[in-house]
Amino acid sequence: MRRTDRIADPWGTRTPYGPGEDWPTRVDSYLADGLTEDDVDRWVQSATILHSNGDGLDIAVKDDRIVGVRGRAVDRVNHGRLGPKDLYGWQANNSPDRLTKPLIRRDGELVETDWDTAMEAVVGRAKQLLDEQGPSAISFYTTGQLFLEEYYTLGLIAHGGIGTNHVDGNTRLCTATAAAALKESFASDGQPGSYTDIDHADVIALYGHNMAETQTVLWSRILDRLAGPTPPAVVCIDPRETPVARAATVHLAPRPGTNLMLMNALLHEIIANDWVDAGYVEAHAVGYEELVNRVQNYPPEVAAEVCDVPAERIREAARVIGTAERLLSSVLQGFYQSHQSTAAAVQVNNIHIVRGMLGKPGCGILQMNGQPTAQNTREAGADGDLPAFRNWSNDEHVKDLARVWNVDPMDIPHYSPPTHAMQMFRYAEEGSIRFMWVQATNPAVSLPELGRIRDVLAQDRLFLVVQDIFLSETAQLADVVLPAATWGEKTGTFTNVDRTVHLSEKAVEPPGEAKPDLEIFIDFAHRLGLKDKDGQPLVKWSTPEEAFEGWKDCTRGRPCDYTGLSYDKLRGGSGIQWPCNEEHPDGTERIYVDGQFWAAPGYCENYGRDLVTGAPLSPTEYKAMNPGGKAVLKAAEYVPPHELPSQDFPFQLITGRTLYHFHTRTKTARAPQLQKAAPEVWVEMSAGDAADRGFTEGDLLEISTPRGRVEAKLRISGIRPGVVFLPFHYGYWDAPEGREPAGKRGRAANELTLTDWDAASKQPIFKTAAAAVKRLEKADGPSPAPTTTGSRPVTEGVPPTTGGEAALATEELVSVSGGAR
Amino acid sequence: MKLRLAIEELHRSENHLAGALLAMSDRHKADHEIFHVARDIARWSQDHVRALADIGQEFGLDLDPEPEGDPTILEKTRQKASDLMGRSSAPGLLLLADLRHIYREASGTSLDWELLAQGAQGARKKELLELAQRCHPQTLRQVRWANGKLKESATQVLVS
Repeated sequence: MRRTDRIADPWGTRTPYGPGEDWPTRVDSYLADGLTEDDVDRWVQSATILHSNGDGLDIAVKDDRIVGVRGRAVDRVNHGRLGPKDLYGWQANNSPDRLTKPLIRRDGELVETDWDTAMEAVVGRAKQLLDEQGPSAISFYTTGQLFLEEYYTLGLIAHGGIGTNHVDGNTRLCTATAAAALKESFASDGQPGSYTDIDHADVIALYGHNMAETQTVLWSRILDRLAGPTPPAVVCIDPRETPVARAATVHLAPRPGTNLMLMNALLHEIIANDWVDAGYVEAHAVGYEELVNRVQNYPPEVAAEVCDVPAERIREAARVIGTAERLLSSVLQGFYQSHQSTAAAVQVNNIHIVRGMLGKPGCGILQMNGQPTAQNTREAGADGDLPAFRNWSNDEHVKDLARVWNVDPMDIPHYSPPTHAMQMFRYAEEGSIRFMWVQATNPAVSLPELGRIRDVLAQDRLFLVVQDIFLSETAQLADVVLPAATWGEKTGTFTNVDRTVHLSEKAVEPPGEAKPDLEIFIDFAHRLGLKDKDGQPLVKWSTPEEAFEGWKDCTRGRPCDYTGLSYDKLRGGSGIQWPCNEEHPDGTERIYVDGQFWAAPGYCENYGRDLVTGAPLSPTEYKAMNPGGKAVLKAAEYVPPHELPSQDFPFQLITGRTLYHFHTRTKTARAPQLQKAAPEVWVEMSAGDAADRGFTEGDLLEISTPRGRVEAKLRISGIRPGVVFLPFHYGYWDAPEGREPAGKRGRAANELTLTDWDAASKQPIFKTAAAAVKRLEKADGPSPAPTTTGSRPVTEGVPPTTGGEAALATEELVSVSGGAR
Repeated sequence: MKLRLAIEELHRSENHLAGALLAMSDRHKADHEIFHVARDIARWSQDHVRALADIGQEFGLDLDPEPEGDPTILEKTRQKASDLMGRSSAPGLLLLADLRHIYREASGTSLDWELLAQGAQGARKKELLELAQRCHPQTLRQVRWANGKLKESATQVLVS
């Protein structure tokens, strides 16, 4: 057993292993207040919820309080490891400033009230609007952090009960493109990869995915392969010099907004060199000819010009990818939150299809999620989809869902795609949405162009309900605030990127009068009097386990089949991958084996969209294109970004996540070790750009775009020239101003980002704004940015980021035969 | 040979379509997807205008290769006005009207490409046929965009 500072060393001690071997087990734990394992009253099974990796862990409870966490050695995802956010983040649960009573706005002020009053206000306003205008007035904006049971119940209430089309989650900002790209290529959501592909791959390509910071434990797995015999080659596409870039065999740092150009060039090379599995393409894909024609116009020389990456480097990357024997690809926000996101992500799928690298060990695609339960938002129909991957434009699917819910098909809105988040805010802005219920998310910090979003949320004509655990920037604007229970205080399941379903059990009681989200939803449905066709209550369950059983019914025969799972089966062991049913009682590690897709016209989830215009394909068009249900190779032309640098705004601004914080810092900034590691917003710039302007490390800069201004201290990092980077988590709840900038300059990166989204996935674009910088003050010391991550300084004299005594966590190397606990 | 007429007519209608898309974009600046996508796909029509002017020379036509521009000041005023208007009133009906207009214009242009392709085939004008084969799919995508967007926007406008 050893104790290490996991702030200073986020990935922990190396446990090297070779291709095809089992990843060694290492159990990480952290207990507060000098407690040891002997002091713990009980351990309660759960999984991580401050990122999307889905690491299995146990919650330590002493005197009915959470006092720590320990990784689950038996878990298939993490083999016992935990990341810094998991080790320290749970402390936020115990914060003294948790919401413990409902709040209601009286004479302009939020005041404490009781649940009855709060819920009657919510239900009363909803009823009034349903009478006046109908379901088009009502909207729900949910999250990527609730549990499956809660999403499914919300989807049922909204789609099947109220009949509104306006339901989406903040997963729109993080994972909508993952879903869209999978639907374009395979006509269905669901990840074709498994995390064990890391154990087998000889090439790992990370596209706009700073895995070292977003999924630290998964990155440990890659680091362990890199430290072992016959390590894989790593290809990294990222404009920043991230830890991934530093570990890469080939690193391409394209100009922001040019990902599709680069991808087209990679495919151009792969096809030109005939690194194509012609037999696979012939048997299992449509659209090859169109792809060949399209990428013909994108030789590396053209891409080199547009992306500002040497043509030779593009060729080298194409060679590594094109000659891989077991290729694992992973994609995240560098692609998803950038220009032409779906088109670029689809090209990653295309590489796997043309190379026949699907459904075999080491041959995975992970169109990643940014949030822990994002996959469930998509599965359960709480974002822009219908539950269990039913196709909104297939009448038979709607009819089938109506049967499951015992409602009339006409009562389930399916006249057009469900309204996406950005459009919901647009409808609220122009006044046709007049009720918005926000859960566990913080649009007043996370959406683009914050000035505009604050205006929309603060309108008198909009009735805003916020359900959360803290008084966030958004909650401060609400008409009613509902205090919620969170992870560790309620039971439910959730699913990670490689389709692993985990059970997370209640460990302690929520504080004060806070309630589980599921209870709040069910209470709302009953008070609203939502009934099925036979006059019975629409929501027929009252506990998480009953909701899970209801969900299982809904998934029968669909791709995400959960019918073989149960709470009991998930208890005690590890997570289980769906589909899990009679045929696959222990779950399914790899889907799309032997080119068997879920893309048949009558079965598929989606017919796809035009990648540039976003226009949906009709059932007839899809049937004509893909009658046999094969994979679809979809090509797209490069279109320049919508905001380009100019004389007034010469830089390109990109934003991103940090290793130490998660979604608007509501939890992570309340964990002392995490907060100390990255206490303030910073701005990154390359050494050359800084030198040209005479800036030095730590100078206070103003970063501005046509939409706003932000103040931040300069970190001179390995970012590409011409680009500035701001971490996007910093808002105002822990600043004097509380919910918005006090003066003319803010600190939230999204004061600056433009309102624009990908037409196919509707995911907002946070990574191509044109920006100007100027110095406000000379440095009085280095910038507070972490030195361990993408913001590593390239200049001398910056003290390293450490956590000290308070951050010492335990690591225990467990030999496989020594057994898992 | 009346192919000249068909080229001339397409040159006119593509120019018109590009202008209509740009004007629509400016009128709906607060509807961000409309604003950006209409501009992106107006570029296709502008590209078609140049290509038609180019190939027109072989048929003795002297067509302007520069797509008709949009006077910048007017454009900015329109954007500013729509930005302000779009955030306070309900411009939904105007949006539906504009989408119907684009749908009709683009459908007409699509029909003209059909005609040109038929003529080019008959006259064995390979390059002209290739041009039609390159451009026509983009026109069809413009049609589908207007149709899809109309379908998506109509309900909220009409029921609220």
